[in-house]
Amino acid sequence: MVKILHLVAQRLALGLLVLFAVSLIIFLGVSLLPGDLCQEIQGQAATPETVAVCRDELGLNLPAHTRYLHWLAGMVQGDFGTSLANKRPISELIGVRLGNTFFLAGVTAIIAVPLALILGILAALYRNSLYDRLINASTLISISFPEFFIAYILILFFSVKLHWFPSLSNVSPDTAFGDRLYHVLLPALTLTLVVLAHMMRMTRAAIINLLASPYIEMAKLKGMTRSHIILHHALPNAWAPIANVVVINLAYLIVGVVVVEVVFVYPGLGQLIVDSVQKRDIPVVQACSMIFAATYVLLNMAADIISIVTNPRLLHAR
Amino acid sequence: MARTTDDIASRQRPSKARQFWIALKKAPFTAKMGMGIVLLYVFVALFAPVLTPYGESEVVGSEFEPWGAKFLLGTDNLGRDMLTRLLFGARNTVGIAFVTTCLAFLIGGVSGILAAIYSGWMDQVFSRIVDILMAIPALIFSLLLLTIFGTSIPILIVIIAVLDSTRVFRLTRAVSLNVVVMDYVEAARLRGEKIPWITFREVLPNILSPLVAEFGLRFCFVFLTIASLSFLGLGIQPPTADWGSMVRDNATLITYEDITPLLPAAAIAILTVGVNFIVDWFLQKTSGLRDGQ
Repeated sequence: MVKILHLVAQRLALGLLVLFAVSLIIFLGVSLLPGDLCQEIQGQAATPETVAVCRDELGLNLPAHTRYLHWLAGMVQGDFGTSLANKRPISELIGVRLGNTFFLAGVTAIIAVPLALILGILAALYRNSLYDRLINASTLISISFPEFFIAYILILFFSVKLHWFPSLSNVSPDTAFGDRLYHVLLPALTLTLVVLAHMMRMTRAAIINLLASPYIEMAKLKGMTRSHIILHHALPNAWAPIANVVVINLAYLIVGVVVVEVVFVYPGLGQLIVDSVQKRDIPVVQACSMIFAATYVLLNMAADIISIVTNPRLLHAR
Repeated sequence: MARTTDDIASRQRPSKARQFWIALKKAPFTAKMGMGIVLLYVFVALFAPVLTPYGESEVVGSEFEPWGAKFLLGTDNLGRDMLTRLLFGARNTVGIAFVTTCLAFLIGGVSGILAAIYSGWMDQVFSRIVDILMAIPALIFSLLLLTIFGTSIPILIVIIAVLDSTRVFRLTRAVSLNVVVMDYVEAARLRGEKIPWITFREVLPNILSPLVAEFGLRFCFVFLTIASLSFLGLGIQPPTADWGSMVRDNATLITYEDITPLLPAAAIAILTVGVNFIVDWFLQKTSGLRDGQ
């Protein structure tokens, strides 16, 4: 037990270190800007006076480490600074959108994870059957198709031809839960198709890997049924790799979300970052990148920790 | 006499070109299809100006004209011929992705081999940099960098290549580590060969097959990333014909049950499927790996 705690603490420390490095890169990346940030923002209209005022407002006259600490301290307290485009506090822009994005990712996870596990286990059970080959083919398709292609195909069929779902997912903060779910279903379905195949295939691989071990052979020789072996003997040992795959795919989700949100005009963080990149609203892009990157790092850290905690060899250490 | 031994020798071991041809003929149907697709795309990319009826960004009709004799696939949101832009897209989208992948392999491959050869602090420095770069999701990182540097094609190529070279670095370093401990590398070192010789003559030929397979996969990834960025309006900029931005510009047509905007997206998907088919075949041939188990 002590060993596990030690390992987990180690991962947590490493995760924090990575987060720190990431924040440093995101913040200092901006100083790579050729020329001056204020000059860039104002473009043709820049005069020495307006640039000076702007530099003063953004605190660019302070040394870089002071600005970084200020930025970091503000962010930890939920204050991300102000947007360059509309002078509103960024936390105000992000607040609702962050919730929307997590809602979309959450709905996707609720659909995709159980489905992937069941289909993956079935593929392992009926290895090399037609069903298994179908799964392999679908993996190829899902890694080859751009997200927006899948999204528009779904829109074409489910909203234009069948009129089942709206093609725009414009929810507002006061949309009721059921309505919100209905609006978010098509984007969630797109994301499910994007991550499903990989999860399914890794589940299959994890179980097939285990099926080659001697204790499974033993169970077979004792005359147990295939499904009993898979569910009671293989699966408990497969949780660690499967949990790992699930979490890694959830981490992938937060990136896939960007394109899908734009297609469905869903008011989430992904759309905000794309809009802000177009406007070159650097503080907003920094804040959004930091949130995305932090979620990604934390999920990857969670994957590590889960695989440590669910490892039976570590749980029952002699 | 001399001639017969030559004949025997040639019967025992066919020439390289012939071996290649035999392997090609024995390739499964999917691999052949993949090669056909890639060849077709290369052909279209090379001869786009000859194949197309109109200029790349020439406005030739009114907006959103339907499919017909004059415009086979109709016109786009600005009245440019859809077919022409689709064919030119092969040149721009695929070409840019190809250049980016090459650059990524140049950066990642060379640094990976060097990290393996030198090991020690150089390996540490490269590996830690890569760890940190990979901790940020690539799409988000490229969005941040595009905000800082602005969107133009050379910048796009460099950003995506650098972010993607991290994965090339990891693979190259891992496979090179197995090679640099071999006796022939040691022998080359003792012989006094310089680092470039060891890199390109001793290590590189022996790690080539995993790198070639990885090149295919990386190309798909880069291709999809650039298409996504262009779709978001942050990649290849107008008036250059590009599949990602073509989908974005004409997406409204979908609500009228018109599948034209799906064609560029399908063009992207088909090429990626084709490349994946080839990579699968290549992996099976070179490593005996079947089905990724």
